[in-house]
Amino acid sequence: MNHHVVSTRLYTAVFIALLALTVTTVAVSKVELGELNLVVAMTIAVVKAMLVVMFFMDVRRASSLTKLFVIAGLFWMAIMLVFLVSDYVSRGWLPGPRWF
Amino acid sequence: MAHSEATLVASNSNLRHHFDDTAQQFESSTLGMWVFLVTEIMFFGGMFGAYTVYRQLYPDAFASTSRFMNVTIGAINTAVLICSSFTMVLAVRSAQLGKKKALILFLVATLILGCVFLGVKYTEYHEKWIDHHIPGPYFQYADSRYFHQAQILFFLYFAMTGMHAIHMIVGAGLLTTLIVMAARDRFSSAWYTPVEMIGLYWHFVDIVWIFLFPLLYLIGHTK
Amino acid sequence: MSTTLPFAQTETRVNYLNVEYGWKSWLFTTDHKRIALLYLFSITAFFFVGGAFAVGMRLNLLTPDGMFDHDTYNKLFTMHGVVMVFFFLVPSIPATLGNFLVPLMIGARDLAFPRINLLSWYLYIIGSIIALTAIVEGGVDTGWTFYAPFSSTYSNSNVIVSALGVFISGFSSILTGLNFIVTIHTMRAPGMTWNRLPLFVWGHYATSLIQVLGTPVIAITLVLLMLERLFHAGIFDPRVGGDPVLFQHLFWFYSHPAVYIMILPGMAVVSEIVCCFSRKGIFGYTFVAISSIAIAVLGFLVWGHHLFVAGQSLYASMMFSFLSFLVAIPSAIKVFNWTATIYRGSVTYETPMLYAFGFIGLFTMGGLTGLFLATMAVDVHVTDTYFVIAHFHYVMVGGMVMAYLGGIHFWFPKITGRMYPEGWARFAALVVFVGFNLTFFPQFLLGYQGMPRRYAHYPPEFQVLNVMSTAGASILALGYLLPMIYLTWSWRKGPLASQNPWNAKGLEWEQAATPPPTFNFDHQPVVTEPAYNYSGVEREVHLGS
Repeated sequence: MNHHVVSTRLYTAVFIALLALTVTTVAVSKVELGELNLVVAMTIAVVKAMLVVMFFMDVRRASSLTKLFVIAGLFWMAIMLVFLVSDYVSRGWLPGPRWF
Repeated sequence: MAHSEATLVASNSNLRHHFDDTAQQFESSTLGMWVFLVTEIMFFGGMFGAYTVYRQLYPDAFASTSRFMNVTIGAINTAVLICSSFTMVLAVRSAQLGKKKALILFLVATLILGCVFLGVKYTEYHEKWIDHHIPGPYFQYADSRYFHQAQILFFLYFAMTGMHAIHMIVGAGLLTTLIVMAARDRFSSAWYTPVEMIGLYWHFVDIVWIFLFPLLYLIGHTK
Repeated sequence: MSTTLPFAQTETRVNYLNVEYGWKSWLFTTDHKRIALLYLFSITAFFFVGGAFAVGMRLNLLTPDGMFDHDTYNKLFTMHGVVMVFFFLVPSIPATLGNFLVPLMIGARDLAFPRINLLSWYLYIIGSIIALTAIVEGGVDTGWTFYAPFSSTYSNSNVIVSALGVFISGFSSILTGLNFIVTIHTMRAPGMTWNRLPLFVWGHYATSLIQVLGTPVIAITLVLLMLERLFHAGIFDPRVGGDPVLFQHLFWFYSHPAVYIMILPGMAVVSEIVCCFSRKGIFGYTFVAISSIAIAVLGFLVWGHHLFVAGQSLYASMMFSFLSFLVAIPSAIKVFNWTATIYRGSVTYETPMLYAFGFIGLFTMGGLTGLFLATMAVDVHVTDTYFVIAHFHYVMVGGMVMAYLGGIHFWFPKITGRMYPEGWARFAALVVFVGFNLTFFPQFLLGYQGMPRRYAHYPPEFQVLNVMSTAGASILALGYLLPMIYLTWSWRKGPLASQNPWNAKGLEWEQAATPPPTFNFDHQPVVTEPAYNYSGVEREVHLGS
């Protein structure tokens, strides 16, 4: 049904990459980078997730509709997290300068 | 000729009456599974939201609790799941090629790896039980400054990993069903939709862990 | 009007109702039309359960020192809200009319996943039975909003059971939405492009997006609440560093879009009715279609307007207030477009059209008062008063329920093959309209004057308006009972309907028999004209009775 069969070699390459990234993220976590620790770890996680989504879940060859739904799902979670956290982050802000 | 005729018949017998053709049916199944995965993104997203809020509110308590997350065990579990995603994708590929034995082999491998993950998770939970880190009336925490905040953070730890584990258990059940179906020759290169759909589900559960691992185990670990 | 009936007379023809008899053929059906009826009966039952609690509330509010004590009253308004929101409003139109009509309107033989459709009904039933268990066990008193820390720590009522009931029925909603999305994408008949889709389908598509994206969040919120009640970790308990406002954020992230789950299908129904009874295509089809999607998307960005006085930051509140103003725009566009459709149309006033008129007027009032609430400065004054209650009842009851009744009447011939008595139906519609306004308009005044919501007793100066409201409620109740009676009677004994008694456009009217056979169409429909092509049809509607 899915016209073209992906080669084992490609899957293996992605697999190795995922393991390598896991090793990397653990190694980096041992180094004290302050705020950057979170950024690096999350970036690596995003890359790993992208590899799984694009290659293992075959989204890179999927229809535009599928891609749209994947993006929409992530976007909606982002909306929830961003708006939610923005409340907590801005609670301590003093009223802004009066411009009127 | 006979083979392709057989696959033609096989594919048509899997065609449900309200669909016009197998292409439409496959498209529907795929879109349906992806819409379901979107609901799962939002489901876990809510917990990630709660977790983010409390991490941001109580960074010191968080740093204190992160000592109790065993990075090695977590990393091993991450590797186990990545392996299981690999075997799952090879299972789908075997189904695509009509290779029944390989399909069953890879499905069983995925199932075993999933069970390994759950087994390791069990040992982690057991350790938490011994340390009295399970929220509730028997919760204890060494650093009394962070007693309450630690309990909240452990609550979220168990909620998130517990929900993930439940999804793994469901996945294990689905894999078992697939193995039985494959053994009974239900799949062919013309029709293997359930294998692919459950594969998508399995990869999604893997992705959730890909994010849980750094958030729960790695950050704040150096302090 | 003479129409040659292309189909055999209703009684003799095999249709989805008479193709098979017996309880098994209903409880194990995968026919979307039968599942729609299963939902119809369940939802109607819960409407009256929720209504019973409302009766209790309104009776209590007849006197300032009402007949119930505070604890009992707390349970009454909670159960009224829980049942009405989760077990009536959220499923109502999508699970009944949506299930029945979406495949018919797009020219499909069924939904994409018929067995999942049946599963969704079973999940609804399981969830609702669990909720009924909570009611029978003594109810829950937290308010339908389950605010923490009262719900998570202090309440002595059946919080976990109620929350579990809602949690399970949420999956019913998710599966319905999933089914609609996939069906509308993949199973449209040849020629049925997105631009030719009936607005009913557009509305249900937008609703389904919300169901799929929002419901999982309340699912996880209720899970966290139930776990908190079991383990008392303190996630929402301010005494130990938990944040009750976090619960409100998570709760309203779903519950605000949920109100759009409730209203979008109502708007979808109104679009259909207005076109048919004005004998005109909708004014601004694209705008109405896009507005449905816009409401669905924007509806996710405004939940903080429920937290203005809860301790949310000023800046977040400002942003939510602004976005709440924005979300009113697509709703207003729809109202303008319906009005423009009716203008210079060939208007007749059959029952569905009466309900549509009621919707347009009452929804507009409810929607405008929503803008007052979105204005932070005003909200500080009227929040948690009867002003809010009046606002949402105007949109939910004056809007949604009227659209629901209008839709039930409009498609009654299609669903049952019979006609309802038009005289009684119009009378009932008027009774509903009068009863509704008498019930809820005084509540705007009460709220503005400061009467708080969820209070069992109130200061004596509010009594006159409360008595008026209760009087209105009894009239409204009569208005709801009448259709129950005559629709039930008509199903059995009403005159047989012709194929298309309204002479309406749409595949469900023109190409499927009345009532339809199990697989909807005798031949695969092919669509060649735009939606609402009324200019090609004769001008008048004759009912013959």
